[in-house]
Amino acid sequence: MLFEGTAFELNRIILVRILSTVVLVTLFLVAARRARLVPGRGQNVAELALDFVRVNIAEEIIGKATARRYIPLLTTIFFAVLAMNITGVIPGLNIASSSLIGFPLVMAVIAFVAFIVVGIRSHGALGYLRTTLFPSGVPWPVYIILTPIELISTFILRPATLTIRLLVNMVAGHLLLVLCFAATHFLFFEAAGALKAIGVVTLAAGLAFTLFEIFIAALQAYIFTLLTAVYISISQEAH
Amino acid sequence: MEITGNIATIGFGLAALGPGIGLGIMVAKTQEATARQPEVAGLLRTNMFIALAAIEALGLIGFAAGFVF
Repeated sequence: MLFEGTAFELNRIILVRILSTVVLVTLFLVAARRARLVPGRGQNVAELALDFVRVNIAEEIIGKATARRYIPLLTTIFFAVLAMNITGVIPGLNIASSSLIGFPLVMAVIAFVAFIVVGIRSHGALGYLRTTLFPSGVPWPVYIILTPIELISTFILRPATLTIRLLVNMVAGHLLLVLCFAATHFLFFEAAGALKAIGVVTLAAGLAFTLFEIFIAALQAYIFTLLTAVYISISQEAH
Repeated sequence: MEITGNIATIGFGLAALGPGIGLGIMVAKTQEATARQPEVAGLLRTNMFIALAAIEALGLIGFAAGFVF
């Protein structure tokens, strides 16, 4: 812990967060500062990544006509989550900075506010509540069951699951890696005789799970952004 | 033979059952649909990920419940 006892107390995860933010900002600054019409190698990679969010998430889910307004938000969410997740497998850092609830919660609140604002802008406050809580096309007695379900799922479960999904994925991934490598350490150095051989298996599992964690880090960033886009597009269109 | 410990320890195993079956069915059906109509593969994959998010949330809540309760 740095600066312990003061208001600027920093633990390891916060340090990793600051580091990954700085690296992310620097990467994009470098890629964007010398942006040319004919892209160089670095700019090419950045454009490829930005294009992925733009085409495969925003335009596919929200639709080409209206997606443009939400691209900055979705891009920010995607790269922030990706940068915070990927630190979980970087040697020396070894902890996903999204494995404390603060970061996933802030991201989920941003997504929550975004889709509510979009809904209110497209239908008006009352209109948004009406289209969300009383979807048309069902006989009225169904509303007795449907309205509470819609209320809970839209305004509570959506942000809650966004938070829990990201947080728990990262915590579980970290635990998996810790289990594998701690077992390897124990089996190699402290276990007796033939048991040492099992350490090879746990080491291989640890390395395999490291690759798996890279995949999960990217997948979670993708899913988080995808769901935000889905929520925005749902509140945009009338039921 | 005697087994001691808290019955709650097997909770996550039980919580993983449902989402496991769900994921299996979902991926199988997506594969099937892609084989039938390869031209909509992109849309099917996107929808698969949205469903994956909903399904895995169940398993993850099971994991989180162990810490909370």
